[in-house]
Amino acid sequence: MQWEAVIGLEIHVQLATKTKIFSGASTAFGAEANTQACAVDLGLPGTLPVVNDEAINMALKFGLGIDAEINKINVFERKNYFYPDLPKGYQTTQLEKPIVGAGHVDIPQEDGTLHRVRIHHAHLEEDAGKSLHEDFHGMSGIDLNRAGTPLIEIVTEPDMRNAKQAVAFARKLHAIVTTLGICDGEMAQGSMRFDVNVSVRPMGQEELGTRTETKNLNSFKFMERAINKEIERQIELIEDGGTVIQETRLYNGDTDVARSMRSKEEANDYRYFPCPDLLPVVIEDSRLEKLRADMPEMPEARKARFISDLGLGDYDAEVLSGEVTTANYFEASAKAGGDAKLAANWVMGELAKTLNQNDLEIKDSPVSAEVLGGLIARIKDNTISGKIAKQVFEALWKGEGSTADEIIEKKGLKQVTDTGAIEAIIDEVLANNPAQVEQYKAADEAKRGKMVGFFVGQTMKASKGKANPGMVNQLLKKKLG
Amino acid sequence: MPNTSVYEKSLAELSRSLKAGEVSSVELTQSYLDRINTFDNDLNAFITVCPDLALEQAKAADERIVAGQATPLTGIPLAHKDIFCTEGIKTSCGSKMLDNFIAPYESTVTANFKAAGTVNLGKLNMDEFAMGGSNENSFYGPVKNPWNRDMIPGGSSGGSATAVAARLAAAATGTDTGGSIRQPASMCGITGLKPTYGRVSRWGMIAFASSLDQAGPMARSAEDAAMMLNIMAGFDPKDSTCMDRAVPDYTATLNEPLKGLRIGLPKEYFAEGLDSRVEQVVRDAIAEYKKLGATVKEISLPQTHHCVAAYYVIAPAEASANLSRFDGVRFGHRCEDPTDLEDLYKRSRGEGFGSEVKNRIMVGAYALSAGYYDAYYAKAQKLRRMIRDDFLKAFEDVDVIMGPTAPTPAFPIGSKADDPVAMYLGDIFTISTNLAGLPGMSVPAGMVDGLPVGLQIIAPHFEEARLLNVGHQFQLVTDWHQQKPEAI
Repeated sequence: MQWEAVIGLEIHVQLATKTKIFSGASTAFGAEANTQACAVDLGLPGTLPVVNDEAINMALKFGLGIDAEINKINVFERKNYFYPDLPKGYQTTQLEKPIVGAGHVDIPQEDGTLHRVRIHHAHLEEDAGKSLHEDFHGMSGIDLNRAGTPLIEIVTEPDMRNAKQAVAFARKLHAIVTTLGICDGEMAQGSMRFDVNVSVRPMGQEELGTRTETKNLNSFKFMERAINKEIERQIELIEDGGTVIQETRLYNGDTDVARSMRSKEEANDYRYFPCPDLLPVVIEDSRLEKLRADMPEMPEARKARFISDLGLGDYDAEVLSGEVTTANYFEASAKAGGDAKLAANWVMGELAKTLNQNDLEIKDSPVSAEVLGGLIARIKDNTISGKIAKQVFEALWKGEGSTADEIIEKKGLKQVTDTGAIEAIIDEVLANNPAQVEQYKAADEAKRGKMVGFFVGQTMKASKGKANPGMVNQLLKKKLG
Repeated sequence: MPNTSVYEKSLAELSRSLKAGEVSSVELTQSYLDRINTFDNDLNAFITVCPDLALEQAKAADERIVAGQATPLTGIPLAHKDIFCTEGIKTSCGSKMLDNFIAPYESTVTANFKAAGTVNLGKLNMDEFAMGGSNENSFYGPVKNPWNRDMIPGGSSGGSATAVAARLAAAATGTDTGGSIRQPASMCGITGLKPTYGRVSRWGMIAFASSLDQAGPMARSAEDAAMMLNIMAGFDPKDSTCMDRAVPDYTATLNEPLKGLRIGLPKEYFAEGLDSRVEQVVRDAIAEYKKLGATVKEISLPQTHHCVAAYYVIAPAEASANLSRFDGVRFGHRCEDPTDLEDLYKRSRGEGFGSEVKNRIMVGAYALSAGYYDAYYAKAQKLRRMIRDDFLKAFEDVDVIMGPTAPTPAFPIGSKADDPVAMYLGDIFTISTNLAGLPGMSVPAGMVDGLPVGLQIIAPHFEEARLLNVGHQFQLVTDWHQQKPEAI
């Protein structure tokens, strides 16, 4: 039987505010345990929450960024459950009246069309702390530094049909929140965490199958694997005569193993009710207008501009606009180098490859956008060939010089464009390969085209790659007759 | 040493005596500490007495007075309900759960008093987590009524009421969620005011029901209460529900004449369940107001009979969440040698909370449960809006509403311990103002069987000055507030 998967996501996005959502404690990552938790975060008796306006603004920016309805009156509620890293015994979140209502995100598909993923809503809430189960002699330690960190939880409609689509959506969302500057996008630090809801149904069937939720996936790679694994598990289970039960699952990316965490029956009754310590948040139109005026260029618009103003193809524009640091890097290198297409090729090619080999993010690249731009400029003005440029790039990467010009100068890599000098090399090459010259002369026009490549290669080699390849070609054809 | 009559002085008189150098704050404080020593072993109004701190604060106050930088209350010995967090002093909230809890921060209310230079004699007994109307639900034992030591003082601010009535402090702070300032004030013959919700900061005040809790003064007269409220009221950015609204000088309008004051008497407040002798006290007080030029009109608050039901859903629901933080993990009582997490929760909470608190947590959790939310919590909130609307409508025609504070005078300790519903019905006249967020005050208006009875006065939102004016004018022509328990 043909099966179709149905996927919906819930994404926790840590907002990049300086302080927590309901207290003045810092949100910086990596501090010593419990040093960034004040009396409010510890849930000490008598303490009260005060909403961080910046968190509200960031949630509103997200709403504007996905063209969503904004709930002008939104309400914080208490979600009650006991857990040691939940200091108050309830999480302050939003349920009935979330700040961001229905919106949408469009993702490109392989056939070039757009696929629309509807956003059901996004709500503001506080993060919990962390339970540490190692190094405490059989007991658990609690670190409340993260408690009270502002999150938006984004809930999609079940609009994705395979893991690739879900990942494409996740990447787009990453691009949106980083472009908006509301999240640092550091997934390894938990700044974006994905819960995936997966069900399967026979192709063509309208009714949805029973879904499972796999929680806390914090990389695109793990997400793709976890979804595929879960789809396979469900199909196998059903085909073997079993039934999928509604449950929450955990996936361990390091071991690639998923297991059941709890079933629906074990789920809590959270006894939600409006938090009486906080008044409803009222959003004035003037506030929205001000935020709208300050909105950065969103990935969609940037992509369109890359196509129309910079002359990039659709695919290149999509890749380069997809992530804000990449987009910024590309634009800066294109500007410094004076050639957008060359810059696009280099950012997506040599730079991406080298970053990948070294397991680095673009923001950590040892070659800055301006320096790469300097290299591109030298390719464009024929100072060096593309091939030599790779040598220069490698030297820049290794820190052998701070600009392309410095390396070209130091290593004497400047391209030879002097006709006399190139002719001298060609003469030598022809003299050293009389047999090939004979063959060339005997061949018909169709074969000659291929054979000339041999002489070009030999000439380039003899010039140590510095001869201008175009001129070599031209001069060779003339000399070979 | 000050003579005994100094305890009969009003805050204004004490303030003058201190500034005139007739008495020092150290002398005054020491003599109050002596009185606490003499009387409180029996009365049990205090959970914690702070003699060293109090004398230190008194010394600083004396210096401040000499330096000419005194506020009206500088050097005056007060005591605070043990619900206000006080840095470095135990804050128990009347519970075993917090018997070991010393807050690393100060509540806004007590911080304001500190800044004004008052002396803190100690922390006052109360029903556990402010849940109760008799002060029998304290981990530290019941408080006795100084008028008759077999009787309850009322609650939950029973320690505050007894301390003020027995002259163990010049005045005190209390909190009121459903009548916890006004009802003990009525039963102990003192003046107690619950301000408008949002008038006084709740920061550092341990929450019972966040949407109803409000701190207020408990004092011997309306004038004293006005001086106390001047310190307590005001905006606090640390409490999102606190209103950013100018605070008048509550003493400035005490002497406004009452001619033309329109008093509303809700017919529902003079119905079944009201002790006829209490009713007579209230009627006599109304007669005094008529003499002062007020007009009286019968009004109706049709939702009155729903107040207790709505309150006993909303307050426990909020409490059930507010008290979840007492889990034995970070502070407060923790059971011995927990075997696992569930055992830690169950035993820490089981041992730390008293039975009334457990009752209310269970009722509240039930009312919020899936499938019951609409029938209980949502419906109670709807009723709450209707109750508020009743009052707003009534205030279109009258300036203040008057009635009894409590249906009966103080009753014997232990007499209602097995009948929570009878106990809850004792709040019937006070909880509607909490549900509506209105200010209410109880002033001593008479005696029944040697026990004080209070008159309740309710005003529109943020009209505390009107309440105090109306109370003060009554106290100028009556002396119920100056009556004093024997052997004190």
